[in-house]
Amino acid sequence: MSYQIPKFRHPDLPVNELGYTRADYEGSISTLCAGCGHDSISGAIVRACHELSIEPHKIAKLSGIGCSSKAPTYFLGKSHGFNSVHGRMPSVVTGAAMANRDLLYLGVSGDGDTASIGMGQFAHVARRNLNMVYIVMNNGCYGLTKGQDSATADEGSVSKKGDANIYSAIDLCGTALQMGATFIARSFSGDKAQLVPLIKAAISHRGFALIDVVSPCVTFNNNPGSTKSYEFVRDHAEATGTVDFVPMQKEITTEYEAGFSHEVTMHDGSSVHLYKMEEDLNPFDRTSALIAMEKHRVAGDILTGLIYMDKDSRDLHDVMETSRRPLNTLGAEDLCPGNQMLKNINASLR
Amino acid sequence: MKKLESVNDFVIKFANVNGTGSASANNMFAKALFRMGLPVSPKNIFPSNIQGLPTWYEVRVSEAGYLGRRGGIDIALSVNPQSMAQDISEVEPGGYFIYDNTKPLDLRLVRNDVNIIGIPLTRICNEEYKDPRQRQLFKNVIYVGALAALLDMDFKVLTDLVADQFKGKEKLILPNIHALELGHQYARNNVDCPLGIRVQAADAVGDKILLDGNTALGLGAVYGGATVAAWYPITPSTSVVDAFEKYARRVRIDPGTGRKNYAIVQAEDELSAIGMVIGASWNGARAFTATSGPGVSLMSEFLGLAYFAEIPTVLFDVQRAGPSTGMPTRTQQSDILSTAYASHGDTKQVLLFPSTPKECFDFGAQAFDLAERLQTPIILMTDLDLGMNDNMSPPLEWEDGREYDRGKVMTAEQLEAGVEFGRYTDVDGDAICYRTYPATHPSKGAFFTRGTSRDEKAVYTEKGEEYEENMLRLMRKWDTIKEYVPGPEVVSAAQKTDIAVLYFGTSEESSREALDYLAKEGVHMDAMRVRAFPFNHEVKSFIEEHEQVFVIEQNRDAQLRTLLMAEFELGPDKLKSVLCFDGTPISARNIKKQINLHLDGGEIQPLHRSRVANAGGE
Ligand SMILES: Cc1ncc(C[n+]2csc(CCOP(=O)(O)OP(=O)(O)O)c2C)c(N)n1
Ligand code: SF4
Ligand SMILES: [Mg+2]
Repeated sequence: MSYQIPKFRHPDLPVNELGYTRADYEGSISTLCAGCGHDSISGAIVRACHELSIEPHKIAKLSGIGCSSKAPTYFLGKSHGFNSVHGRMPSVVTGAAMANRDLLYLGVSGDGDTASIGMGQFAHVARRNLNMVYIVMNNGCYGLTKGQDSATADEGSVSKKGDANIYSAIDLCGTALQMGATFIARSFSGDKAQLVPLIKAAISHRGFALIDVVSPCVTFNNNPGSTKSYEFVRDHAEATGTVDFVPMQKEITTEYEAGFSHEVTMHDGSSVHLYKMEEDLNPFDRTSALIAMEKHRVAGDILTGLIYMDKDSRDLHDVMETSRRPLNTLGAEDLCPGNQMLKNINASLR
Repeated sequence: MKKLESVNDFVIKFANVNGTGSASANNMFAKALFRMGLPVSPKNIFPSNIQGLPTWYEVRVSEAGYLGRRGGIDIALSVNPQSMAQDISEVEPGGYFIYDNTKPLDLRLVRNDVNIIGIPLTRICNEEYKDPRQRQLFKNVIYVGALAALLDMDFKVLTDLVADQFKGKEKLILPNIHALELGHQYARNNVDCPLGIRVQAADAVGDKILLDGNTALGLGAVYGGATVAAWYPITPSTSVVDAFEKYARRVRIDPGTGRKNYAIVQAEDELSAIGMVIGASWNGARAFTATSGPGVSLMSEFLGLAYFAEIPTVLFDVQRAGPSTGMPTRTQQSDILSTAYASHGDTKQVLLFPSTPKECFDFGAQAFDLAERLQTPIILMTDLDLGMNDNMSPPLEWEDGREYDRGKVMTAEQLEAGVEFGRYTDVDGDAICYRTYPATHPSKGAFFTRGTSRDEKAVYTEKGEEYEENMLRLMRKWDTIKEYVPGPEVVSAAQKTDIAVLYFGTSEESSREALDYLAKEGVHMDAMRVRAFPFNHEVKSFIEEHEQVFVIEQNRDAQLRTLLMAEFELGPDKLKSVLCFDGTPISARNIKKQINLHLDGGEIQPLHRSRVANAGGE
């Protein structure tokens, strides 16, 4: 069952530039387990979209199957949503994005949905650099089928059932980098301060933006011994630096030390500020990003924050040279060549 | 020795080596006859191989207009030593075997009841050309020249054809004509021309065209307004997307910006291809994919989603011989059941069965209207025979000013005006509900598309009654669909009869011919060509009105018959099967033979090809 959230709100809730309150970006009441990391990520998505003043109906939210893939019901109730089939959200988004390049495509998936059944589609959507935000709610297990280890579970990590995982883990950020993704970040569902600006930056990025968000499953994988538990992640998260997202023509208010910072202007005029960066990570360099990820993997901690970004990314529509007019707005007059051409074709076939 | 004699009525089969450029020479031969006003039906029989294996090209010539396979070979032209033994054995008694006699024929192959004609193709080439590539290419042209003399073809038609074919590459025209002349002269000077079988100009093609079904489908997609194509390469469907791209490049580039009014994505597999089609269609574009049996198997889960969530989806299935990889370059109509009920759970999918390139074009374009009107997958079922062979077809036509039927889509204005929107609410009583495209209205009309059960407002529910209500509505929609899909075609026998045949797609031409043969023997049968699934009441009445109906199809398991029995709850006695599943198109002689056996009272097993061959050639 889904229940609509009552729309009664205090009259002086903050409104954004469009006059919407945050409630206008919410969805139905969540049916996930209380404390599930996925709900916090939904909250971060709501906040990011509200603060960016994106018209809710200009967002399309799509997902696969899993607890994580159910989450789109629980945010952005005014947006069209599509809960597709297990592991295949990327292809559905690709088709949707081909039809209308003007919407913001927000894909939500789980680690099972992405790293196992959907690995092929994930790799290829990254490779095509589709203009979308791809959020993985990564709990190291299959929540919806009751807690089996997923392919992102770390070797040796113990889930509630009690067995240590014997396989090595797939690092989705590393995979995405190798496959050609042009924006890669990792975060933690429990760290909204980091997650919200990352989501905003990912939205502003033109091209494939992955945010791999560690999102504990309180029911099946939040026990001692699990490397995807709240406690473990809090203790082992190592941020690359802090990210501040500055919408177009806004004053920069955060103070930061010069010499440790980068400022990136996004294609829509907004800018991303990175500061107090980890010394030897240059997030605009793939090799540097790879080395940083590997270093942290060996050290056994979780590298979070912005890991890689290609400032000059060209998305799939750019490279395919599709019309700037969304294809779904073209009518018969634009599309149908008429009978005279058929007459000519017929003549050439005699 | 007996010599087959006929004018404008024969079957010739070319035996070549794959990858030696024989296809264009063979095409030239068929096209020349077509330009002489003769109905032709060329069929490529090729291996799953890029170079080296045997390949054949069979041309049916029939002034009477029979375009299916007849069965039997009157003339074999062999330039492939690998397959020579098989090729000569297939020739009808009194027929002709033409071969490259640069090397003498193996005496063990000689048949006394076949006229053997040698043309020293290799020798002529070696004397004329130094370059090995030229030797190979022109060898093919030389035998076409020789055939022109042997069959008394109009030589000027051939030279004009060469000029047309090499428009833009004029340097190639004279050398090709020269090669034609080499063969022509050799045959004229050394063989008694023409043979007993020959041609003469006729007026039997009218305004018909010679076109492969896949190109027609690709064109249908252009005219039908497809803007998104997603696909994964697989024989025999690949050329559908190739054709779409070719014509889209021609007519869909925005003149102002140079940008494309279409997007073609080569997906990583068929799951992804159909996912993209569903995503694009959900978002209000017309989209399609083309595949063959293995791809359909992979698409099955998504087809269930599109059925249940009611998303327009256009899929072209160019069937080939299965199961599994089967015979990937041979034809069959064997995906009927796997598509009709594609996907788990209670699903029923709409199928269209074109039988000519014109119908590929018409149904191809119409598939988009149907998909959007009916909000469900439309699976157009063609096959390798129709898709990859040049078929004689009525010309393609488009009614200028024709508008697309975009189906029930609620607009921003309607939502603004307060029209109530429920994605799965049957407001019109035809069981088809309104949808909205994403981004239609700032606050109204958004809904969540899902493969899970939901209520009339698209809200998730696990209530059994609501689930059941929705499934029953989908069944009512199935009835609505019957009114929209192309109805069957009936050809009544010259005399009243209580036996009939029923066929679809590429079995049409051979069936028509077989019925003519049978009628000459006094066996009259009515005929119905089914053009879509679901079957409408006409199909039901037709079956009920006849005591016995033979269902002709190209698969082992009598799949269409099974579908008819299941949908109409018929017992097994009413429908008899006439089948062919050896990978070649079903032939008229084969059909006639099987029907005769049935009528003679024999409960027969589907015939093996060799048994049919013994009984009259196949
Ligand atoms: C084709 C298919 N196979 C299996 C399933 C069963 N299934 C549903 S969700 C799921 C795993 C989900 O794991 P994940 O993506 O990590 O999501 P989570 O529930 O952990 O958020 C599986 C295997 C399915 N729905 N479809
Ligand atoms: S089972 Fe785990 S992932 Fe699923 S809702 Fe509960 S806590 Fe979240
Ligand atoms: Mg998971």
